[in-house]
Amino acid sequence: MSEWLDILGDLDFSPLFISLKTGVVATAISFFLGIFAARKVIKAGPKVKAAVDGLLTLPMVLPPTVAGFLLLLIFSRRRPIGIFLFENFDIKVVQSWLGCVVAATVIAFPLMYRNARAAFEQVDPNLVYAGRTLGMKEREIFWRVVVPNAGPGIVSGTILTFARALGEYGATSMLAGNIPGKTGTISQKIAMVIQDGDYVTAGIWVLIVTTIAFVIIAAMNLVSSRSKGMKQIKRW
Amino acid sequence: MIQVHIRKKFAGFCLHMDFEHEGGCLGILGASGSGKSMTLKCIAGIEKPDQGRIVVGDRVLFDSEKKINLTPQQRRVGYLFQNYALFPNMTVEENIGAGIREKKLRREKTAMQIRRFQLTGLEKRYPGQLSGGQQQRVALARMMANEPEVILLDEPFSAMDGYLKEKLQHEMMEALKDFPGDVLLVSHSRDDIYRFSPRVLAIDDGQVLQSGGIADIFFNPLNYKVARLTGCNNISPAEKRGEYEIYAKDWDITLKTARPVTEDIRYVGLRSHDIRAAEPGNRVRNSEEVSEREERMAGSNSENVFQMELLDLVESPFEYKYHVRAQGSGARSPIWWKTYKNLDQGEAPERFPQKLRIPGEKLLLLRE
Repeated sequence: MSEWLDILGDLDFSPLFISLKTGVVATAISFFLGIFAARKVIKAGPKVKAAVDGLLTLPMVLPPTVAGFLLLLIFSRRRPIGIFLFENFDIKVVQSWLGCVVAATVIAFPLMYRNARAAFEQVDPNLVYAGRTLGMKEREIFWRVVVPNAGPGIVSGTILTFARALGEYGATSMLAGNIPGKTGTISQKIAMVIQDGDYVTAGIWVLIVTTIAFVIIAAMNLVSSRSKGMKQIKRW
Repeated sequence: MIQVHIRKKFAGFCLHMDFEHEGGCLGILGASGSGKSMTLKCIAGIEKPDQGRIVVGDRVLFDSEKKINLTPQQRRVGYLFQNYALFPNMTVEENIGAGIREKKLRREKTAMQIRRFQLTGLEKRYPGQLSGGQQQRVALARMMANEPEVILLDEPFSAMDGYLKEKLQHEMMEALKDFPGDVLLVSHSRDDIYRFSPRVLAIDDGQVLQSGGIADIFFNPLNYKVARLTGCNNISPAEKRGEYEIYAKDWDITLKTARPVTEDIRYVGLRSHDIRAAEPGNRVRNSEEVSEREERMAGSNSENVFQMELLDLVESPFEYKYHVRAQGSGARSPIWWKTYKNLDQGEAPERFPQKLRIPGEKLLLLRE
């Protein structure tokens, strides 16, 4: 027991904060981009819809290493875009915390986009039509009618996005690497200490991650069961 | 004034609407899928016709040739949805205020509509916390607050029954009484249409079948489909037999008509309430009364009297529905006859009178 407490006392908590920080920023970006993309895709014609939807969902179904490979192709400082960003804006994506955010955002974004789109599509179109005949501006209809009525779907999408971003491993390790105190996230920490045979430290991190994931899912259930107008089925 | 001349193709269906209307309420009567809701949506700007022209008053809302297509926001067309489409996330107050264009006057105008539609005390409630009647009043108030030039009512009563329906119909009439613009009411219910609209458009399969005054449509339908829409239960294919004589194929009887039968008549229709008993029922009457009746019947009313056999009898609270056919005929389908119960005389069903008279002046002579 004392051995556990010693390890806990000496534990470097930086992976937790790096993961949380990455998760929050990636979720915030995905939130707005996802809602924006969902709105655009819903309004598009069927062919554009199919193509764009496929493209936006790809990161969710491909192995994260494929996303990591493509991101490296884009942001590597031996390639045009990477060079351009570094020379003009001093932005470094590879082997930096920004890399963590980019990788997590790309991987988690489809969850936000898909949930937002499904939630928007379930909003009664008559509400939108009513808003239009009442003279409300399109922007006003979207923010005051569509988004609130898609609320539960958007909230659960946001939570799932956060959970996914928090645990991202594959693309992050390729793009941002595992620099302790800088890009070393929880998932990378677990992989590293297991390679060293340190199962106790790995176990502690696994406990932490599991707890966070559980709390997130429980919170999501609470939110979705509180959604307005939905009758809960208790028996059937 | 409202003018609609539009064409729209969608999902194997072709909408082909041409009508003009001036003043008061126009009822659009059609079965589900006949294109009546689509017509309203085109007028409101929710759907875009392929071609044509829509004019309200002196404003052109849509003109495919001149490339005019106002947005719904610019049209000032009030639309009452079947389920009211109240915003569930907004209170009564916010719902009504949502359509008020001048932000400065929002509070004042909302308060006015709340008073007018007797919603005082409900301002902070959400639509989910209101009764059906209150929801309708909020929807009307929200629409009126927007100050529309035309009002479109899309099947407003179809999801209700009995008492609530009559109550809401009454409230709706009160609310629309002072409205100066045109009102279009779409419904598949002939009762709703009859109650609201002095003028009617009967439509089917995206086309206008007949338009005219309410009495014309109901008592002088031109063709088979309009007769069906207005609730005529007995319709049989028919053949001309003489200037004033027609043979009903399904009922296997030849009928005398009050109006001349023209060559293009293909069907004959008969409302089930228009059939009369040609002999007294089972109630005990003194002989004088009976003989007096028989005398009357022997006169001009003896035409179209048939010996009938009863196939089925269905009883409802206030009427009986008999399925009958001419005795010994080869009728393919029964004639429905409905009579109101004479509740003063007790509940006992009348004896089936055996002889029924079909008044020639009530026969509907219908084209294809």
